[in-house]
Amino acid sequence: MSPGWPLWEVFVRARRGVNHVHFGSVHAADSETALQAARDLFTRRQEGASIWVVRSTDVVASDPDDEGQLFGPAEGKDYRFSTDYKLPAEVDHM
Amino acid sequence: MLMTDTTGGNAALLNHVLRHGDRALVLAQRLGEWVAGSPELEEDMALANISLDLLGQARVLYTYAAELEGLGHDEDHFAYWRGPDQFRNPLIVEQPNGDFANTIARQFLHDAYAVAHWDALRLSSDETLAALAARAIKETSFHLRHSRGWLVRLGDGTDESHRRMQAGLDAMWPFAAELAALADENELRECGVVPDAGVRAAFETVVALAIGEATLTPPAPVEVATSGSGWDGTHSQHLVDLLDELQVLARAHRGASW
Repeated sequence: MSPGWPLWEVFVRARRGVNHVHFGSVHAADSETALQAARDLFTRRQEGASIWVVRSTDVVASDPDDEGQLFGPAEGKDYRFSTDYKLPAEVDHM
Repeated sequence: MLMTDTTGGNAALLNHVLRHGDRALVLAQRLGEWVAGSPELEEDMALANISLDLLGQARVLYTYAAELEGLGHDEDHFAYWRGPDQFRNPLIVEQPNGDFANTIARQFLHDAYAVAHWDALRLSSDETLAALAARAIKETSFHLRHSRGWLVRLGDGTDESHRRMQAGLDAMWPFAAELAALADENELRECGVVPDAGVRAAFETVVALAIGEATLTPPAPVEVATSGSGWDGTHSQHLVDLLDELQVLARAHRGASW
């Protein structure tokens, strides 16, 4: 392995109307070769209708050590779920 | 299907189909040699993908050739049981890989020709060829995008990449003119089976534009030899060696399958 080429994150949209989803990453010299490599590696079985590539260094990630302060406060807040609310009997199904 | 009315016409069509089947098979084999040896894993995949596309084209063409020939052969017959003098591929595809720039130069010149060729064949009066062309033009256009991209990237890159790309282009150039110089298919042209009137001009335009964009120096024009064309079965030792490797398993274990 001689990853002299930078890393790119690959996002593929499977079909019109759905979101691009992270599929993996490729090494490539530039954005055009990154798109081509992503096409070769991730859309061989007709998985794709559209591809995005983003330089991995341009992705800003949350710090795993911040998990507590970022995601902990969401615990125990049942009122953020629709299932926490009782429907009036006359609404029946929703 | 057209051309079944006369033996002569059928022979000309069979010759045409084998020329392009051989072109695709030999280049597929050459590109396969890059697997696990290219600059990055991603480029291994790219070249192998192109190789497999070409192999797929060869298989369809050989299957059609078997049908035209009418002797009960299958696609494997044409790949494994013919000698070098029976192969009709243009000489450029049997040239050794050399360095990456050399391979790119070979691939670019081939792809520029192949796109022009399939583009024209979409209008063939032969339904089988027209259907194959409609499919092949898509994958071949992607091959050209890949090889042209590298030609420009290396040519218009660093001093070293420019030097190597120019050397690769100079090495492959003598074989370029042969690609679009098939003088003996007039019969197929006249009846619309191979409507390739604009192929040569389209090929030369694509090549000239890319060489300019790559800041490379166009090599001097090369005269096409009137005899000794690869399209007619005259080949170098390179094809002999390539076929030795390609055919050894099938010949050592006749009828083997997996």
